[in-house]
Amino acid sequence: MPAVSKGDGMRGLAVFISDIRNCKSKEAEIKRINKELANIRSKFKGDKALDGYSKKKYVCKLLFIFLLGHDIDFGHMEAVNLLSSNKYTEKQIGYLFISVLVNSNSELIRLINNAIKNDLSSRNPTFMCLALHCIANVGSREMAEAFASEIPRILVAGDTMDSVKQSAALCLLRLYKTSPDLVLMGEWTSRVVHLLNDQHMGVVTAAISLITCLSQKNPDEFKTCVSLAVSRLSRIVSSASTDLQDYTYYFVPAPWLSCKLLRLLQCYPPPEDGAVKGRLVECLETILNKAQEPPKSKKVQHSNAKNAILFEAISLIIHYDSEPNLLVRACNQLGQFLQHRETNLRYLALESMCTLASSEFSHEAVKTHIETVINALKTERDVSVRQRAADLLYAMCDRSNAKQIVAEMLSYLETADYSIREEMVLKVAILAEKYAVDYSWYVDTILNLIRIAGDYVSEEVWYRVIQIVINRDDVQGYAAKTVFEALQAPACHENMVKVGGYILGEFGNLIAGDPRSSPLVQFNLLHSKFHLCSVPTRALLLSAYIKFINLFPETKATIQEVLRCDSQIRNSDVELQQRAVEYLKLSSIASTDVLATVLEEMPPFPERESSILAKLKKKKGPGAVSVPDLEDGKREGGELNGGGERGPDSAAMSASNASTPSPSADLLGMRSAAPMSAAPTSAGSLLVDVFSEAGPAAPSAAVNDDGFLSSAPPSEDPATLLSEADELLNKFVCKNNGVLFENQLLQIGIKSEYRQNLGRMYLFYGNKTSVQFASFTTTVSCPGELQSHILSILRATKPVEPVVEGGAQIQQVLNIECLTDFSEAPLLNIKFRYGGALQNLSLKLPVTINKFFQPTEMTSHDFFQRWKQLSQPQQEAQKIFKANHSMDTEVLKAKLLGLGTALLDDVDPNPENYVCAGVIQTKGQQVGCLLRLEPNGQAQMYRLTLRCSKDSVSLRLCELLAQQF
Amino acid sequence: MIRFMLMVNRQGQTRLSRYYQPVELSRRAQLEADVVRCCLSRRKDQCSFVDYKDFKLVYRQYAALYVVVGVTDNENELSVYELLHNFVEVLDKYFSRVSELDIMFNLDRVHIILDEMIQNGHVVETNKSRVLAPLTALDKMADG
Repeated sequence: MPAVSKGDGMRGLAVFISDIRNCKSKEAEIKRINKELANIRSKFKGDKALDGYSKKKYVCKLLFIFLLGHDIDFGHMEAVNLLSSNKYTEKQIGYLFISVLVNSNSELIRLINNAIKNDLSSRNPTFMCLALHCIANVGSREMAEAFASEIPRILVAGDTMDSVKQSAALCLLRLYKTSPDLVLMGEWTSRVVHLLNDQHMGVVTAAISLITCLSQKNPDEFKTCVSLAVSRLSRIVSSASTDLQDYTYYFVPAPWLSCKLLRLLQCYPPPEDGAVKGRLVECLETILNKAQEPPKSKKVQHSNAKNAILFEAISLIIHYDSEPNLLVRACNQLGQFLQHRETNLRYLALESMCTLASSEFSHEAVKTHIETVINALKTERDVSVRQRAADLLYAMCDRSNAKQIVAEMLSYLETADYSIREEMVLKVAILAEKYAVDYSWYVDTILNLIRIAGDYVSEEVWYRVIQIVINRDDVQGYAAKTVFEALQAPACHENMVKVGGYILGEFGNLIAGDPRSSPLVQFNLLHSKFHLCSVPTRALLLSAYIKFINLFPETKATIQEVLRCDSQIRNSDVELQQRAVEYLKLSSIASTDVLATVLEEMPPFPERESSILAKLKKKKGPGAVSVPDLEDGKREGGELNGGGERGPDSAAMSASNASTPSPSADLLGMRSAAPMSAAPTSAGSLLVDVFSEAGPAAPSAAVNDDGFLSSAPPSEDPATLLSEADELLNKFVCKNNGVLFENQLLQIGIKSEYRQNLGRMYLFYGNKTSVQFASFTTTVSCPGELQSHILSILRATKPVEPVVEGGAQIQQVLNIECLTDFSEAPLLNIKFRYGGALQNLSLKLPVTINKFFQPTEMTSHDFFQRWKQLSQPQQEAQKIFKANHSMDTEVLKAKLLGLGTALLDDVDPNPENYVCAGVIQTKGQQVGCLLRLEPNGQAQMYRLTLRCSKDSVSLRLCELLAQQF
Repeated sequence: MIRFMLMVNRQGQTRLSRYYQPVELSRRAQLEADVVRCCLSRRKDQCSFVDYKDFKLVYRQYAALYVVVGVTDNENELSVYELLHNFVEVLDKYFSRVSELDIMFNLDRVHIILDEMIQNGHVVETNKSRVLAPLTALDKMADG
């Protein structure tokens, strides 16, 4: 079908394309393509020099093959050759190939640069344009270095052709974006601004893109563009549609240029000069007026072009946010669009009104459209339009209409698209909290939310309702009654069970007077849900049960029975088993007084920003981050806070979150791992005594993240440093392998080996879920001094893969070198996306100074001689402490060997004592260390003494080791 | 700004693609397939702007051919929407009743036209005769 091809058609190319079209199957197509690739390759390699036409034809074929989705790894040289052709079509194909296929770090750049240089100096405008396009497309550093000074000159030179100026403007924009340091402001700067006055509309259109970008970065230097833009805009807006001839599009004068001018003005505050401002207001009024005039054409292109300008003008009005009259007119105009038959207009009107809602001048005007918007939420056939309607309802919500809006959103949730449910849930939860006048309404709303869309209720939402109920005693009885009723439903969502368990555990007594909700009825109701729940929920319920024992002594026997049964006390899940064992023991050993203290009602949570809000911000975040847009920040602020009050940016927020003490949230307040909880510490230590001989070791439970233990789980705090991290560190002082970290999503295993001052650490990241982790990154950082000279972590031999499939494990290797002694531990930060949420956690890597020990064997005589040599007071560090672990000889020996030192027999006159010696190898020096550990079995105490040739090492080792025994 | 422009037919075959921000080859096929699926699944009465990942798609349908662009959030949707129409009108003028085949067989020329209108993701020229000027000159040379 070669006839279709225009101009100097390439027959071979046309035949090839026809062949591809006629292929019956994908396989046939691939076969044909491979044949062609082989053919082209042989032509390019052949001895016979190809003429320009053939080269062009083959390069063209390659482009076509590339378009079909096949990688092209040759032909670049031929394309570069085409650049020096004198024929436009050959040159153009060459440049096209390079623009599409050459990336900015190609080795060919130098050759390409030569060709560009020739074309730029050719004074042939079409060649110059091609060369400029090419720079704009590739935009590499090397190109910027070669041409950054040349392009501004071409752009502002008086004798440059218009089309060349257009290309030069866009080319400079690209270079400015990729290498701003190379594009130096100078004499051309002011002349660029004056391109706004250029006679040629195309030049103005191109130049505005450049000027907008430059103004955003250097507003002061380009200030003069405001008045120029206003006068240009005014000339366009007031012109008749015939004035601008070819730039009129369906009777609308220069729509694209107008939009760009209005956009440029949004880089600046309203003009200060009264005359300029007056002129601009006039323009905006004219644009608003035109919307009311009868259309000059029935064609939709006409109204689209007109409305494009109108929406941009409204954006500018909202950006200024200072002309009440214009804001209200804009709002009325958008109100008309809300009922327009064009879906596109309804969509844009909803979107635009969202930003209007945050202006104090137009908030009330926006509110008058509430019925229309609610109707849109119910009847729009397009989910993206409904989404905008929901956004707008959220933005226009205030105390006066909150109940109506929340009710509408709740009823919409029942049928809402899955894609937007989670966000809707967050919004309902925020509005309900923010505008709650009576908190029983709030509780009802959230419980409804869980009932209607339980799967989409994230942890933040139910944590929050609990925080609020705990902090407000006026709503506690109502909440208990309502959850009790909600739990009656035969099938209720697990989130409801969680809320129910927590609230009845705390406040079940408030409804216990009613025989229909007597303690035993409450307990049986909760327990009837127990078996259908996941492990974290069951753990929570167990805590609720022990609370019940305290609240209602009459339930004690029943609950103990439940705790005692094999499915609890021998549960294969460690956490459940531990809770069952501990709670059973607690309930049988502790006196009522102790029980009452330990199981006291939760103290109020510290007031802080809602974590739900944080989550919504995060969900909305990525879009806003990538956009250097002015109004966006504003839109964000408006949407979230309703009243134009700007939300703190996420960085500030993370700080505030981090500084808030993690609200204990342990129902029992008995985990010493949550020292910041307001639970009485005396009770904590009391319990340790009670349990000194019972139950498995606690650390694993402390690391496990279950809802009850922390109301802001690690995954949600922007940068969580696990508070147990030091505990983790201690776990690995005497051993090199093991599980470093584990939560519901991720397990991190560690294996390490050390020799002299070098170490190698293998980290294994295991995905415990069946869902893939995306954007998985890890970074190792050495805080403070550590970074500069104490310890150097040579980067991982290779970075981890960005994706960890469900159930998969990936490995990372770190090389470590110890330069001098150190006491801090390096930090490992892990980030990934699980589902939609960004997970972020930081751990201390268990690299401690003792890892670099070399054992030293010595005789008793040598030992004591050296001991005496190290007699300066600061060289010695000593600690006397109570035994935390078993004092069994074999266990102690194993630990001391794990430490890395040599354990010396027959040295100390007292055979009960342990003596060790070793040398710490750092790059710069060797530090000799002697250790003496004197156990006192009767008192369950130790005395630990260290003497090292460097005092900081003695101190650090003493600190580390005191935790080990 | 405009991040990419695609012309794709109903079968999902790409007929023109131009990226103004680098996208790896391996991701392009995925992106193009996604975009087509997204457009095909929409009915005529749905709006022409779709949120897609962290940017927005603006698309128009001409018979079996979709013209789709990805734009950043700060772009004026309607003006881009009409830009697409303007582009198609220019093609129509040059090829006198443009069809999918014209685009396939004259890829180089379609690119010349596109480069005249959009550079670097920004509109540079909207005047039809000026857009076509280089091509007209070229065809004259070939004829003469």
